[in-house]
Amino acid sequence: MEIVFKRPECLIDVPFHFCPGCHHGIVHRLVGEAIDYFKIRERTIGVASVGCSVFMYDYFNIDVLEAPHGRASAVASGVKRARKDLIVFTIQGDGDLGAIGIAEGIHTANRGENITLIFANNGIYGMTGGQMAPTTLLGQKTTTSPYGRNFTYDGYPIRMAEMIATLEGSAFVARVAVNNPSNLMKAKQAIRKAFQMQIEGIGFSMVEVLMSCPTNWGLSSLEANRRVEEEMIPYFPLGIFKERKMADYL
Amino acid sequence: MDQSCEKVLVRGNEAIAMGAIDAGCRLFFGYPITPQNEIPEYLSKHLPPLGGEFIQAESEIASINLLLGASATGSRAMTSSSSPGISLMQEGISYMAGSELPAVIINISRSGPGLGGISASQGDYFQATRGGGHGDYRVLVLAPSTVQEMYELTYLAFDLAEKYRNPVMILGDALLGQMKEPLIRKKPPPMDLPPKDWALTGAKGRKPNRIKSLYLQEGELTEHNWKLYKKYERMKQEEIRFEVIETEDAHLIIVAFGSMARVARSVVEMARREGVKVGLFRPITLFPYPEKPLREISRRVKHFLTVELNTGQMLEDVRLSVERDAEVYFYGKPPGALPTPEEILEQLKKYYGRSGSA
Repeated sequence: MEIVFKRPECLIDVPFHFCPGCHHGIVHRLVGEAIDYFKIRERTIGVASVGCSVFMYDYFNIDVLEAPHGRASAVASGVKRARKDLIVFTIQGDGDLGAIGIAEGIHTANRGENITLIFANNGIYGMTGGQMAPTTLLGQKTTTSPYGRNFTYDGYPIRMAEMIATLEGSAFVARVAVNNPSNLMKAKQAIRKAFQMQIEGIGFSMVEVLMSCPTNWGLSSLEANRRVEEEMIPYFPLGIFKERKMADYL
Repeated sequence: MDQSCEKVLVRGNEAIAMGAIDAGCRLFFGYPITPQNEIPEYLSKHLPPLGGEFIQAESEIASINLLLGASATGSRAMTSSSSPGISLMQEGISYMAGSELPAVIINISRSGPGLGGISASQGDYFQATRGGGHGDYRVLVLAPSTVQEMYELTYLAFDLAEKYRNPVMILGDALLGQMKEPLIRKKPPPMDLPPKDWALTGAKGRKPNRIKSLYLQEGELTEHNWKLYKKYERMKQEEIRFEVIETEDAHLIIVAFGSMARVARSVVEMARREGVKVGLFRPITLFPYPEKPLREISRRVKHFLTVELNTGQMLEDVRLSVERDAEVYFYGKPPGALPTPEEILEQLKKYYGRSGSA
């Protein structure tokens, strides 16, 4: 019998530790499929950030380096500058990229570092137990915004994709979601495109993925998927914000 | 003189940059801060023609993490900064020690605390020798005293970093970085180094390599910390470096490192001319500290004067090293003006009288 659907070669056959309904596993799979598609497993380096994505090395059958909290894009740039023949990607959460590592993220994009950044935005600090993130929506209750996020005290949720797209150094910036099959297919294309940009040397690529965190949102998997659609997407619109055709933009 | 090696008149900072290039370093990441700017300036000019990479990063935090990434590929890479910038790098240095990554970090220190000033100071001794960041770790610390040593110890730092898979720090200061002296640019003999089978080069024809410092399984982190400890103990066995001057018949020994040791050297010469029998013990490795040789000397000599550009930091290591019946005195000069040899000689004579030899 012909096998038409299987586990990507660059993913190890172990169960994910992610909570039921969490989208991290889907994103791992999409990244794995892109790596398989371009046949780059043997020359790809993953940079694990601090957060739920730190265990990347337990799942990807590739060389992986662990970065300090917020520093994944700087670390990834260091790898790439040392070995331009390697393909380098990182998965950074919203706390990692949007708060503690925002300087590194912006300057990595601005220098046009030829790496791929997958930005996992679930609007909450998952691993530390559900605290307010820079992307937590207004009114959203978390363990450190028990009355709901209030802009007077907490400021507004940051739209990272739009911000990074304004930088001349970025080559490809998109925001996608994986809450339904239609969005998932677009996410798959965007992640593949991001890797393609790097392989072709066009420059810095980032895909922001809107993700659910049922555990810390206090919702069922299904309700969490619905929340992505009804609450997150209206504030964080999906789409491609930047797509450069050539390496030299200016 | 060997005609094959170049003799040049350069600043200490430039000597460091030359040492790095000669050691095969082709990647540099840094952020401007006085008094070390000649290092990035030199390398921004000289690395690109050699096919190397220079990044002026957005902060010292980014610099140290670019270094972490580059180092993980097994490439020789370096960063340099000065005290406040080195404070910002401590997180990254801790991660590199925990992940067992080689790297060379230059601290052309200035004075603190806080913004302090740009004058020479040895106030970073504790930070450099006690780990500096979080966790139970050490970095190997080399303290040059001349421009020639800034070149040679930088070269050595790259070898030692790879030998131990651990960060190595060069601790200089404003005086050493800014002064000019003749440098004979001659590479030291090559060191036998272990293969870099840990490096991230792409998992082709082998199992994936993982470089990390997170250990959550029961017992893993305990084991990891003991492994690191054994490495530091091995450094103590194999890497102690120091210089002694006129210690054989001395009744009192000055202990000083780096720029302060230059002043102390003059003090010894002046004292000897007056018939005052003093010597100098100059640690070159600050971690591992040359405890054993200092203890050996203290079996014979019972009076030590520690001189530092701070209020007393290396003093603790001197006290821990010497025999219990030895007296350790201290003369410190917090940042500002350097003490003159005359000033130290005067202090020294107070204690020399107690040694029963005056």
